[in-house]
Amino acid sequence: MTKLKSQRDETLGGYVVHNLPFPVQITPETLQILKKLAPISIEQEYKITYLHSYGQDSPWFAALSNRRLLACKDQQHGYTYANPRGHDMYSGQETEWIDITDREARVHAFTVCHFGSEEFLPETPYVLVLIEFTGVNTLLLSRLMGVDPLQANLNWIGMKVLPRFIRLSKLKPTDVFFIPA
Amino acid sequence: MRPVYAISGGVSKFNKARPDKTFQAIVKEAYDYAVADIGLDFPTITRLVDGSVASYFSDHFTRQLMAGIMVQDYLGLCPKPSHRVEGGGATGGLCFQEAWKSIASGMMDVCVAYGFEIMSHVETWKGNEFIALASDVSFDYPVGGFYSGYYAMMVTRHMKEFGTTVEQMAAVSVKNHLNAYFNPYAQKRNRYTIQDVRNAPMVAWPLTRLEICVMSDGAAVTLLASEEGIRKLEANGAQVPRPLVRVTGIGRGTDAMRMADRPHVDFDDFLTNYATEQEKASDETRLYYKTLWEKGTRYPGVHSFRAGRTAGNMAYKMADIHEPLTELDFVELHDAYTSSEIQTYEDLGLCRYGEGGPFALSGKTFMPGIDYGLDLPNQPECPVNPSGGLIACGHPVGATGLMQGVFAIWQLQGTIAKHFNSDTLQITNARRGAIHSHAGTGTYVTVSILERED
Repeated sequence: MTKLKSQRDETLGGYVVHNLPFPVQITPETLQILKKLAPISIEQEYKITYLHSYGQDSPWFAALSNRRLLACKDQQHGYTYANPRGHDMYSGQETEWIDITDREARVHAFTVCHFGSEEFLPETPYVLVLIEFTGVNTLLLSRLMGVDPLQANLNWIGMKVLPRFIRLSKLKPTDVFFIPA
Repeated sequence: MRPVYAISGGVSKFNKARPDKTFQAIVKEAYDYAVADIGLDFPTITRLVDGSVASYFSDHFTRQLMAGIMVQDYLGLCPKPSHRVEGGGATGGLCFQEAWKSIASGMMDVCVAYGFEIMSHVETWKGNEFIALASDVSFDYPVGGFYSGYYAMMVTRHMKEFGTTVEQMAAVSVKNHLNAYFNPYAQKRNRYTIQDVRNAPMVAWPLTRLEICVMSDGAAVTLLASEEGIRKLEANGAQVPRPLVRVTGIGRGTDAMRMADRPHVDFDDFLTNYATEQEKASDETRLYYKTLWEKGTRYPGVHSFRAGRTAGNMAYKMADIHEPLTELDFVELHDAYTSSEIQTYEDLGLCRYGEGGPFALSGKTFMPGIDYGLDLPNQPECPVNPSGGLIACGHPVGATGLMQGVFAIWQLQGTIAKHFNSDTLQITNARRGAIHSHAGTGTYVTVSILERED
């Protein structure tokens, strides 16, 4: 049986108050009482817009907006990163871009988020996956669509998947997602 | 390097919210306790302390930059030297080790390590968002940044590769919550069954709400000193408990911020660079790992923390520990999730990689003398998180690693009954323990070994 809520949701907001109870007469006794009062809490808002640069990783996002998935490869040893990485961690050499859009891809690990950070709460439940690609040494964090999030199953691991791209790019890693092949 | 002693500690009450005091005053609660416990007063310790290290994770939670100096001021320690350390969930462990360095190097004779976090000034899901900013904000956070989700992905892989079960994970929750029942500092003190844990609301499959640490307001303080520092303190009236507790090993490791970027190394690389001394020495264990690799296991992948293994190996070498399970009397480890406690058993060499699940339900990590309501096949061997760990004590990030240090000091001093008003959690004749602090998806990990010096 569904558990019924026994509390109302707590929300911020309320009346604007311009004065608080305080002793009218300042005496040693009334000053002593101040130590027994509950604390005052106020709301503080903090908003900021960042101009965030993707720097040397920018082509990866440009590729997503053009329905291609890039990876980075060390030319000397062949070590390949699913996430963009300007320099190889072993040789220190600059990596080269390669196209992995059509590589075979599988689910390496997954979860279903029934809760999330505030920004993503409206999207719950959503499926996070780490994708492995043939010939690529590292994984890619992404979303999996086309599976029932309420039927999570370890057999999803190893499942072949295909990349899909949103039509109206947001220049975010969520411009690509995966579906069962 | 000089010997370093952990002579005293204090912990504030951890709570979901502490609106009654500002963070400076909450740290002072813990500091006053640590100072009073060695019989000193505020002016005397102020005179004798050489400096401090401040530990707090986030500037976002309190919307306050340079909060550390506000604590330094409140504790009356200005103008003595101090600095802040930050390394996600391992901030407290890093702070403890930075204080150790200050003493070991000869820079200071008495050093205060203080840590705190005030997480209640934002709502829980905003807090989760702040914490998720400790993942790559270009590639990880925007996909659905949520630490419980990251750890749940690790454990689905652990389950798939090694057969780890949700019941084995739930046993960790049962153990830690019930241990905390006897710890008055803990935030969540409850008796649960495995079924209770599994029936709790699902947060990130397969992790339920009772398998995840909670946000917390709190502070912790440890006092570290050299032999000369102890002499100075005692010459001024301090009563430093004997036998002394010495920090005999410290280790640290790191790994990539993006969990997806962790390598998947081959068998030879694992054996050469990551296997414990004990694993390398055993033909049977080498064969066990060879078989795992033949089935497709690679290291560390997403199921293991090479930062934790590196930190453990480093600390064990320094402390001359060869068989951690039998040579450690207890471990206070970073159980932000039940699954990460299991992963950490393996990293710390308490069991082999892949065997953390059965090990969790073996009974070896439970406290003797407590009825957990579980059918455990083995006797307790090395209790893990006798305090209740993060899952039950709470996780005010900057304080957590130091809280572990305080509980370890009290275990080794044999003074748990004095501080907890109950000796249930006192490990009989505890001589050596480890504290383990862990950040991100395994990005910074510290291991410190504390020993009673008889």
